[in-house]
Amino acid sequence: MKATRLSECGNWVLDRFPVSKFWNDHMAHYYAPKNFNFWYFFGSLALLVLVNQIITGILLTMNYKPDAKLAFDSIEYIMRDVPWGWLVRYMHSTGASAFFIVIYLHMFRGIMYGSFKHPRELIWIFGMLLFVALMAEAFMGYLLPWGQMSYWGAQVIISLFSAIPVIGDDLSLWIRGDYVIADATLNRFFAFHVIAVPLVLVMLVFMHIVALHEVGSNNPDGIEIKESKDPWGHPVDGIPFHPYYTVKDIVGVGVFLLFFATVIFYMPEMGGYFLEHANFIPADPMKTPEHIAPVWYFTPFYSVLRAIPDKFAGVIAMGGSIVVLFLLPWLDRCPVKSIRYRGGIFKKALFLFVVSFIALGYLGTQPVTPIATILARLFTTIYFGFFLLMPIYTRWEKTKTVPKSLTKDHSFEEQLHAIEEQIPALIKEITELKPVTTEIGHSAFKSSFFNRRPNPVGIRNVATRLAKKLIESLD
Amino acid sequence: MKKLIILLLLTLSFGVFANEEIELQSARIDLSDNDSLQRGAKNFVTYCLGCHSAKHIRYLRIANDVGADPQKVLTDIAPEGASIYDQLHSAMNKHDAEKWFGTQPPDLSLIARSRGADWLYSYLKSYYVDTTKPLGVNNLIFKDTAMPNPLWQLQGEQHAEQRKTIYGEYTKLIIEKPGTLSEKEFDLFVNDLVNFLVYVGEPVQLERQRLGKYVIIFLLLFLVIAYLLKKEYWQDIH
Repeated sequence: MKATRLSECGNWVLDRFPVSKFWNDHMAHYYAPKNFNFWYFFGSLALLVLVNQIITGILLTMNYKPDAKLAFDSIEYIMRDVPWGWLVRYMHSTGASAFFIVIYLHMFRGIMYGSFKHPRELIWIFGMLLFVALMAEAFMGYLLPWGQMSYWGAQVIISLFSAIPVIGDDLSLWIRGDYVIADATLNRFFAFHVIAVPLVLVMLVFMHIVALHEVGSNNPDGIEIKESKDPWGHPVDGIPFHPYYTVKDIVGVGVFLLFFATVIFYMPEMGGYFLEHANFIPADPMKTPEHIAPVWYFTPFYSVLRAIPDKFAGVIAMGGSIVVLFLLPWLDRCPVKSIRYRGGIFKKALFLFVVSFIALGYLGTQPVTPIATILARLFTTIYFGFFLLMPIYTRWEKTKTVPKSLTKDHSFEEQLHAIEEQIPALIKEITELKPVTTEIGHSAFKSSFFNRRPNPVGIRNVATRLAKKLIESLD
Repeated sequence: MKKLIILLLLTLSFGVFANEEIELQSARIDLSDNDSLQRGAKNFVTYCLGCHSAKHIRYLRIANDVGADPQKVLTDIAPEGASIYDQLHSAMNKHDAEKWFGTQPPDLSLIARSRGADWLYSYLKSYYVDTTKPLGVNNLIFKDTAMPNPLWQLQGEQHAEQRKTIYGEYTKLIIEKPGTLSEKEFDLFVNDLVNFLVYVGEPVQLERQRLGKYVIIFLLLFLVIAYLLKKEYWQDIH
């Protein structure tokens, strides 16, 4: 009797609010390719980190004071006197860096498997907008502790706006609300950081996911699973997101949280990369630190800025290094999506891009020296070369044929086993008795002992076959 | 291609890392050593608190964390007249400080987090006589520091000597007039002080590391269960 009452109540709600329809559309009946690998964890992890930032952020605002006189001390108050305040603060500060790690890997996945290509251009655009909003969020949040690095980092970045001709000085004054970074700046950055930008972020995440679920997920093979459907209209290579990927993503969450907790509990400063040493000194407008470096996740772009001798041109280049990412779906002319079936030139270009991105990031944390500047210019050229030369080098790419349906993703053990099975045959091939065809040589070499010496052709065959197997297993 | 990359990496490592710095001496930091922390707290109050505050910590918190009786902290460590609920405020007023030293001595609550333990340890040991300076002393680690050497009576007077080796020149500090402490005793004194400053920088450190173990053990168990669940669900997917 009670149960029917309860279900009646439930039905009353469901008739008016489509919870189960929403659940089915986006979880239980949303078909995702079944071959997602390691790289596909980072989307759901980004969502997890976003939730972490929002919850810990709300808790932090309960004790934080957005006031130039009180801000620094209020952070220390949270760290020492608020029960569990230190944990909440470290979760927030580590979460900021974790967000960028996860997002950079998520973006790299997209580039590697061609997830930005037709028909997913808009997902990529929403994702890039998310990235820009995230950078704004992180930049403004970094001012709030009101340490030396917060202050001078913000000073440097906002002064970049003054490089814009004609309106520059007035624009930067308008952004700061004062002639230097001051209480007015802190207050407005607080407002943006805790409500304006998070609202934009959440809206963009919603649009990113709606767009994704409209066209369906890409996969490591880069084929459209919707093109081959079973008699019931479900993709042959697809499985419902729930429960398959929900349980799989929980494993990803577990691994991620292990790393996350290790950092929070054992290395919250991460050697001065997650929490910079200079930021433990209260902001002092009269003392410029010797070496101003942004937090690690901005350093690649900061390097591009410093690499250009002219300030305004530097600002344009830094902006360009982000804008060029938006254009990616139209720069890449290759019809094949996944790196698995793309030509060697793209693989090499992507490798160079990754090297240049990491190198630029490293150089951005270091003081300027003549050699560092030359290297930064070189890597900036490679960075832009990857994107701007893309229409040329992707056009003549020698691609492999893309299979019609998903290839099976062999586990490492299976591949090892397959190699093991072939070993007896291979040994036989190496040591096989081959009739001596040439008559050159001393008769002693024709004895059976010498005939059993390894067959060079066989060894070469075996070696190449093993090498091929190994390469395949790496792919 | 590969040669180019190796060449790049080589120039990167030489070109960017090559900045000369004086090697720091390493302090032995052990936050579980309550005796060292208590001695350090006493050293701090006696030799530092005159000019520097540590306003982010209270005497009561110190008593609780280093396992000392609050009453004992009041009589042995805190200056006379301090309350157990007081933060470690300095007696010096801001305007006097600016008149005397040209700048306000910084609050030391977070100095170990901004400078690092080894830097503090080396800095406090690296004062030497330099008659060209207004304070009569200079420092090897922090050149032209505005802080006089508060520990000179303990350490004695040090003089700087230029030495040459095949690797280049370096400066060696030699104690010419011994102080009231032997070299070993002075090292221990500074080490206790730095140990205390590291504790003050983040009083929750030990608690954080203790809790971390349980969190990680929990997450490992969680991961095992999550993995088995995933395996169970995925067994029919090929």
